[in-house]
Amino acid sequence: MNAIRRLLICSVLLAACGAGMPSAAQEEFIVVASTTSTQNSGLFGYMLPKFTAKTGIQVRVVAQGTGQALATGRRGDADVVFVHDELAEAKFIKGGFGVGRKDVMYNDFVLIGPKGDPAQVAGGKDIVAALKKVHAVKAPFVSRGDKSGTNAAELRLWKVAGIDPVTGRGAWYRETGSGMGPSLNTASAMDAYIFSDRGTWLNFKNRGDLTVLVEGDGRLFNQYGVMLVNPAKHPHVKRDLGQAFIDWLVSDEGQKTIASYKVGGEPLFFPNANGG
Amino acid sequence: MRAPTSLLPLRLENVRFEAGGRRIIDGISLEIGHGGRTVILGPNGAGKSVLLRLCHGLLAPSAGRVTWNLQQPSNGRHRQAMVFQRPVMLRRSALANVAYGLKLAGIGAREDHARASKALAAVGLEHLAGRSARVLSGGEQQRVALARAWALEPEVLFLDEPTANLDPAATREVEAAIAAIGDAGTKIIMVTHDLGEAKRLADEIIFIHEGRVLERAGAERFFSAPTSREAAVFINGELL
Amino acid sequence: MGTIGPAVSQAAVMIAGLDPQLVRIVALSLGVSLSAVLIATLVGMPIGASIAVARFPGRQATIVLLNALLGLPAVGVGLLVYLLLSRAGPLGEFGILFTPAAMVVAQAILVAPIIAAFSRQAVEDAWREYREQLDSLGAGPFQAALTLLWDCRFSLLTTVLAGFGRAVAEVGTVMIVGGNIDGVTRVMTTAIALETSKGDLPLALGLGIILMGLVLALNATAHAVTEFAKRHYG
Repeated sequence: MNAIRRLLICSVLLAACGAGMPSAAQEEFIVVASTTSTQNSGLFGYMLPKFTAKTGIQVRVVAQGTGQALATGRRGDADVVFVHDELAEAKFIKGGFGVGRKDVMYNDFVLIGPKGDPAQVAGGKDIVAALKKVHAVKAPFVSRGDKSGTNAAELRLWKVAGIDPVTGRGAWYRETGSGMGPSLNTASAMDAYIFSDRGTWLNFKNRGDLTVLVEGDGRLFNQYGVMLVNPAKHPHVKRDLGQAFIDWLVSDEGQKTIASYKVGGEPLFFPNANGG
Repeated sequence: MRAPTSLLPLRLENVRFEAGGRRIIDGISLEIGHGGRTVILGPNGAGKSVLLRLCHGLLAPSAGRVTWNLQQPSNGRHRQAMVFQRPVMLRRSALANVAYGLKLAGIGAREDHARASKALAAVGLEHLAGRSARVLSGGEQQRVALARAWALEPEVLFLDEPTANLDPAATREVEAAIAAIGDAGTKIIMVTHDLGEAKRLADEIIFIHEGRVLERAGAERFFSAPTSREAAVFINGELL
Repeated sequence: MGTIGPAVSQAAVMIAGLDPQLVRIVALSLGVSLSAVLIATLVGMPIGASIAVARFPGRQATIVLLNALLGLPAVGVGLLVYLLLSRAGPLGEFGILFTPAAMVVAQAILVAPIIAAFSRQAVEDAWREYREQLDSLGAGPFQAALTLLWDCRFSLLTTVLAGFGRAVAEVGTVMIVGGNIDGVTRVMTTAIALETSKGDLPLALGLGIILMGLVLALNATAHAVTEFAKRHYG
């Protein structure tokens, strides 16, 4: 029975060590709910160390779809929300969940598809015309279907094209219900068309036979905004630290940092905090 | 007036025990007092082991009463102990097995060790004290079980066919240990179906058959002149 | 396949170079899952042993329920813990959502039923053998349960390992309650999910190989210890 007592004591000690793990980093931190596109593009990995070096504030990014990121903010589980769906963001602010929204940067969406291009859309600039062609030949199309910012932008464009792929969907329109990366993996495996943000695409390695077919349409513009979770609603929000992060993002230094992030020589995001 | 200090005598009043619709013990009344080694003898299936468990309190009678002279402390039965046909060895050393019983009896930890060592020595196993109990031979395990029971310094020790699974050499050692425990003042109540063992150990025989006591007598008288037909047949080595 | 080869060499390079990021992720994985299994063991084993030893009305129903909990859906547990720990939830004031502590809680909830159910089985089997002897020595239910747990320690080690296996290999709950934050709550499985989503399949698979290797090494060690102990203790 002595042995059991010894075992118990060891367990308790070990559990205590385990519980102590998170406090290993003693620095101040904020939680930022953001999107998979910013995370997967590698921007955070490039940009955050510079911010932390300057301010000593650690930024903990929880990467989710825009819809989920806003929900996280709404529940008060993040200090700052950094997403890309202007309509949803406006609703968030209007509901009193966020304050002080600022434009930070934009990138663009692209239509990706197989090099064989059964819908013959390659080289075109008109995204709406391209979607119509894809629909006309019922070429396989993968959608995220996860209420993310990218998903919302895609659905708006289908609406402009006068097509309702979700209710009228046939076998050609597949909703994965997952993030950008997993959806790209699916599209790559089935040689489907897919609507993606450029950043994730440029960082995506499992491309298979996929390539960018349509880009440069003004309607493919993808604006990112940042806002503080409303401290009046959630008093524990780290107002000062969160505001410091937001201020840095829109400062000259932050904007230059965003502009200087490149993959394969290509910039991924274009700062426009000051109406850029 | 002096309060009684002895557990004995043990009294059974018209005890019945039924299981699965079968009557295994069929109205036994007995009084077992101090002194000597009492052997409960009978053929297989006579109800001997059940009777022993009823006495020890592992089973509750379906009817009738089992009482001791002294009210048992409610938190245990430390003044009686039992050794089973198959020794149950805990997965720890021989010494720790003996000490385990003492710990349950609430005997101080320092005393445990000394008493456990003494008990092991008494059954001739002090050299195996540190050995894992479960890797000992059957005879050695049974002697550890005896030591575990003996260390409690019980007033009464029940034994249920303690040598049934052992070879002759181990049987001899276990029987010697039982005799020594009895000689040291512990009342021995043992079940066996082995005539030879009964002859070697018993001062008194209680012969039971089909859940009833057919005969009770001093060992010598029982073996030389049994009064019941069944006992005579059994002593002759014939099937009952 | 074109992915497997690069994955193996990727894994080899990461291990050989003791890639600091990899080391951190592995350490966090082990730390979180070991803590969770410890807590689950401290909670689950006494429960399992009590059910094995005690007789009470509704015992059979409890056993069925316990066995059913083995199939507890990980994502469901994740969501439940998320809602509990969220700032808007009942335990929100502790602010441990998106920390390793939240992951420990979620995994412990996931693993405790496994440990309780398997130790109930092991202890009940031993109870059949030990019951009369322990009764005779005057052991109460609590002492009996403790004794049986200790005597079943080698088979219970396997139970604990099964629990650890489920905890360390699980991705749904830790993704939800941990948030896969780089350097804070990123563990092996969420890192694999992330690299998969980036389409870096060789890196993802390489991490998977390392995870499998770790679990294998742990099981092999435990097996060796158990075998040695069984020979020694019988």
